[in-house]
Amino acid sequence: MEKHNTEQLIESLSRGLAPVRPLLPPARRALLWLAAAALLIGAALLRFADLGSFAARYAAPRMALEAVAMLLTAVTAIVAAFHLSLPDRSSLWRYAPLPPLLLWIATSGLGCLQYGLGLGPAGDRVGESSHCFAFIIGVSLPLTALFYAVLRRARPLDLLPVALTASLGVAALAAFVLQFFHHFDVTATDLTLHMAAVLVVVGLASASRRVLA
Amino acid sequence: MHTAKGYNIIAAMAPESQLQQQEASWAGLMRAAQGGDVRSYDQLLRGVTPFIRNLARRYCRNGELAEDVVQDVLLTVHRVRHTWDPKRPFCPWLAAIAARRGIDRIRRATRIARYEVSDEQAVETFATPAANNDSGALRAVEAIEPLLAALPQRQRLALEAVKIRGLSVAQAASESGQSVAALKVNVHRAVKALRKLVAAERDGGD
Repeated sequence: MEKHNTEQLIESLSRGLAPVRPLLPPARRALLWLAAAALLIGAALLRFADLGSFAARYAAPRMALEAVAMLLTAVTAIVAAFHLSLPDRSSLWRYAPLPPLLLWIATSGLGCLQYGLGLGPAGDRVGESSHCFAFIIGVSLPLTALFYAVLRRARPLDLLPVALTASLGVAALAAFVLQFFHHFDVTATDLTLHMAAVLVVVGLASASRRVLA
Repeated sequence: MHTAKGYNIIAAMAPESQLQQQEASWAGLMRAAQGGDVRSYDQLLRGVTPFIRNLARRYCRNGELAEDVVQDVLLTVHRVRHTWDPKRPFCPWLAAIAARRGIDRIRRATRIARYEVSDEQAVETFATPAANNDSGALRAVEAIEPLLAALPQRQRLALEAVKIRGLSVAQAASESGQSVAALKVNVHRAVKALRKLVAAERDGGD
């Protein structure tokens, strides 16, 4: 009886067959997506950011390393999300963004120790930090929606790793862009709020992962 | 690179030479199927089914459940057939889907087993002796038919497919063009509506 049903299923599936175009390899899809995001972000930066002040601040090695770590987190997480959205790619991709993420947290933490705690109460600039919080979330959510629309094409089978890496990538990208507008060193409050914003984005995106299916 | 989940299971099941042969033939068929060739696709699905069945039995001892996994895998293969890269081997792709669906099914079965009790005898021996009577059952069928007709069409079709014709949820979903979730919701609503109708009829009849 059951096998008979499988026969029927095969017949109905073949009858309804429509030609499909295979997806591009995930690395190439990631590259295209990153290029599009870079264009969008680049245009926004040229229009709104004070690039001279950015270059001056990021001459310091720790700051430069921090920015590189953010960017690497974003790129590895986005590439990982594209791989994880396919059935036959290694699930180890989910760990790819972890090393740059740790480097990001370490370099930011070091910055806090150097400047934030040293400044004492004056280092707690919650007024500015709340802008950062809103900035990361405000940039990430529309980008995540765009990213989901692209990832959805693969109809991922295991949604959570895709949602986690995708949203981490986008949030890290937003945090990187934030550096162009962040005219002061990171304090403990800043770092906490940045990380909280990233967590909020990852949490929201993971909670709505069903739209990927 | 190609060591996706489940591939080692396939590799353990078939000798290397046989696997290579099958790989080449299936990859060719799948390439044609992506281009829209119905006959290649039919041949491919028939070719991989025993293979998937073997894999499925590793996840579910229960034959009926395993066949559900087979159908689930076939439906998934159909849905994600554009994610296979023709430059990559076919078997690991298929095995990864089968593994994923097998795991899903086990998870679902354990979840259901935790909350529901299945009693094979329950359908045969009811507390009311009359209910065990065949003619009583026939009368019940006759009585329920007009009630079924009163249901909205989508609910009625869903209920008939799953509870009367005994199709799996996945199959019924593909047949009626609804998503699995929508189908389950419709079945659930149909049962609820029927319960209400039966109660209303009983109250009215008294």
